[in-house]
Order: sequence, then structure tokens, then C-alpha cells
Amino acid sequence: MHSFGYRANAVVTFAVTILAVMCSIASLSDNFNASSPTAEIKVLNINWFQKQPNGNDEVSLTMNISADLQSMFTWNTKQVFVFVAAEYETPQNALNQVSLWDGILPSKENAKFWIHTTNKYRFVDQGSNLRGKDFNLTLHWHVMPKTGKMFADKIVMTGYRLPDSYR
Amino acid sequence: MGWIADGMESIRSLQIRQVLTQVVSLGMIVTSALIIWKGLMCVTGSESPVVVVLSGSMEPGFKRGDILFLHMSKDPIRAGEIVVFNVDGREIPIVHRVIKVHERQETGEVDVLTKGDNNFGDDRLLYARGQLWLQQHHIMGRAVGFLPYVGWVTIIMTEKPIIKYLLIGALGLLVITSKE
Repeated sequence: MHSFGYRANAVVTFAVTILAVMCSIASLSDNFNASSPTAEIKVLNINWFQKQPNGNDEVSLTMNISADLQSMFTWNTKQVFVFVAAEYETPQNALNQVSLWDGILPSKENAKFWIHTTNKYRFVDQGSNLRGKDFNLTLHWHVMPKTGKMFADKIVMTGYRLPDSYR
Repeated sequence: MGWIADGMESIRSLQIRQVLTQVVSLGMIVTSALIIWKGLMCVTGSESPVVVVLSGSMEPGFKRGDILFLHMSKDPIRAGEIVVFNVDGREIPIVHRVIKVHERQETGEVDVLTKGDNNFGDDRLLYARGQLWLQQHHIMGRAVGFLPYVGWVTIIMTEKPIIKYLLIGALGLLVITSKE
């Protein structure tokens, strides 16, 4: 009844149970975090805009992204993955989401940022629908926890428009 | 060496009723594990509800040995989600983030492009030859939860099978020699 094996078993079971409970409480506590994120994206320039030989439109643009995601960080947050996607509708596709830029915010101190950048990933349409196209720029973020549930949310910014002709 | 003799003694003194009880309790352990696994499959709708991260392509978010809980709902795939997908001709599923989505107007079919957070380029090099997009049927689930380090148990067991056999042997011995 009081052999080494039984005691080891009891200690390990107890330790694992406590660890599991603490992990779930840490994850649940994320739900009480009230956040107030802000973001602003300016399209400064259309660098070039052309039709690829295979018929798909491609555009290169320069953006100014500023955001404050400091309120997304809690004690259970490992990092926040943040990205900007262009979102638009075409006759063929109900939704197109093209990621233009992304970054990893490793800590709260880095979560209020400002960056001047061209698109990191190619902005290519499926087809030739981009001339004069209205599109949204959406700042998405994905909160990656130390343990438990992951969270994601976004801020949609509307009213961007591509030029009517290639350049 | 006393414990070996004790063990042998207890094996010798086993009676048929005890053997049966032990077989039943072993069976209960195995079947309850199976029930939990299959139950999770039903609840999450994914054919493998838990996956172990095997590569560093999603660092620093997910490291090798972390485990992810998957969920496969009917909601359409969207950019930014972390999905687990199978590529034709590759056995091991990959866990990467969706960076581009094109969803058809009428059929609702999706074309998806993925990328590992820690990789320089997108995943077209990992896809089958000539494949530009992933479709819905490639995707096994999306990651919703995360637990660090636990997956090392399975990584060690698959890479060093001797440890697995030692562990199974030891557990078996324990079951046989235990008295209650």
C-alpha cells in the first residue's frame, strides 16, 4: 500500500493535475482582458501596376502601417502575430484575401509600432480585375498564448482604390 | 534483488479470478483511451484532433514538441488561420498559416496559400509538383488551442523505439505483479 511505486504514482498524478488546472485557469483568464486596439494604414504610392504574361494583375504598393496592440498582451501571451491583408470581391470570387505584410510582436513593448513598407508578399489577383478596384485593408492579429486557446480579431479599413490603368 | 523474487512469487500465486480482473482492468484502460480519442474526433470534426509540431517552421510561436488542438468546423477558411494540411505524395501533415484565400462566387470552393511564420517564402515549394493552391480537401483542421512541450513524449517514442518497448514492458510487469 505504501510502496515506492504507489507514492511515485500519487505524486506524479497530483503534479500533472495541478499543472493542467493551472494551464486551464491561465487560458481562461485571457477572457477577462478588455482590449482597445487601434490601427491606421495609408497607401502612400502605387509603385507599379501591370498584367503578368499569364493574365493575372499584379500591383506593388507602398504603405504606412501604424497600430497599437498593446492591450492584447496578457500574462499568458507568448506573442502576437499581426498581418495586413487586402480584401476585395471580383465577379469570379466572392472573397479574395491577399496578405501584403506580416510581423511578429514578441512583447508588449513592441506592440505599438509604425512601419513604412512595400508589400512583402506579391499582390496578385486571380484574373484581371484590379483596375479601378475598390478594396479594404484589414489589420488582422492572432494572439498566440503560452498555453491554451488562441484568439484572433481584426480591424477593417475601407475606402482604398486601385488606379484605372496600368502603370 | 528482493523485488524480482517477490514479483515471481506474486506471479506464481496468481489465481484465475485475479488474472481475469487484471485483464479486464487493462482492457478498461485501453478502451477508455480509445473512447476519448474517438469522442474527440466526433466533437472536433477533425480526423486527428491533436497534432504534435515536428518542425521549427512556425517558430517562435510553435516549437518542435508542442501540441496543437484542431477543430474542423463548417466555417470557411480565412487568411491568418493556422491550418493542418496534407499534400499529395507526403505522409506527414504540415502546420502552417494561411496567407492568401480566393473563394469562388457560386460554388464556395476555396484556393488557399500557406506559409510557415519562420520560413522565408510561401509553401508552393512544399506542395505537389505544379500545385499552386490548396483546396478544402487538403485541409485536416485548424489549430484552436496550444499546449507546450507535451508532444516530446511522442517524438521521443517514435525516434527511440527502444524507450517505447521498455516503457510498455515496465507497465505490463506492473500490471501483472500488482495485487489490487
